[in-house]
Amino acid sequence: MKVLNELKIQLDSRSVNEGYSRVAVASFIAQLDPTVEEINDIKTSVSEAVTNCIVHAYKNGVGKIYISVRLLENSVAEIKIKDKGCGIEDIDKAREPLFTTLGGERSGLGFSVMESFSDSLKVRSRLGMGTTVTIIKKIRGRNAY
Amino acid sequence: MNSDSSVEIVTQGKTVTAYLKGEIDHHNAGALRQRIDEAVTHRQPEILSLDFAGVSFMDSSGIGLVMGRYRLIENTGCQFYITNLSPHAYKVMQLAGLEKIAMLKKRKDERK
Repeated sequence: MKVLNELKIQLDSRSVNEGYSRVAVASFIAQLDPTVEEINDIKTSVSEAVTNCIVHAYKNGVGKIYISVRLLENSVAEIKIKDKGCGIEDIDKAREPLFTTLGGERSGLGFSVMESFSDSLKVRSRLGMGTTVTIIKKIRGRNAY
Repeated sequence: MNSDSSVEIVTQGKTVTAYLKGEIDHHNAGALRQRIDEAVTHRQPEILSLDFAGVSFMDSSGIGLVMGRYRLIENTGCQFYITNLSPHAYKVMQLAGLEKIAMLKKRKDERK
């Protein structure tokens, strides 16, 4: 599919960057004229994916998070969030609702939220190499109904 | 760096209300949790209410915040209310099935 516009961001896996990353992605997608609900869906999904990079991928230090947003034809946004961290041992298990390796205050619902707030979610991961999460969101916009 | 969230705790009799403000994410949740838990441990309330009127954004860290406070009070007989939820916060909480552990109430102007 033709790429109409693209944004790339690289940032440190510090929790203070969670807010910036979701706002930056949502601001870029704002040119597709999304509804408030769609903006919140996007912010939440990005927040989950970036938090995963911080608390899982780079749990023993600080690494780089690579975010790309592509605006495709027909108001489709493709958001990729990539890390070069530890990777996920069992992706199916990680995507199960309530599964978490952290316990404590983490709900284990990160992937469930991303899944239900987007049109498609793809997770690719290799142990010791890193993880890429691809979120596809069709922006129906304020004039859709 | 200033935090983009805060909580104001108000105690009236046996009711503790935590007025949450700003964005609830993994970065901010820890400080909020600590403040609420101090009040709950100290006051031993019969009603705990988390007020979301001032919350502008929430991800699954908000779910963790609610579930964690529930664990703290579940065996004390304390009633648990989550109030003034935006449509977005309500959607996130419903996804987690939090209506099973707390009374969820939407914001008045958006309760349709």
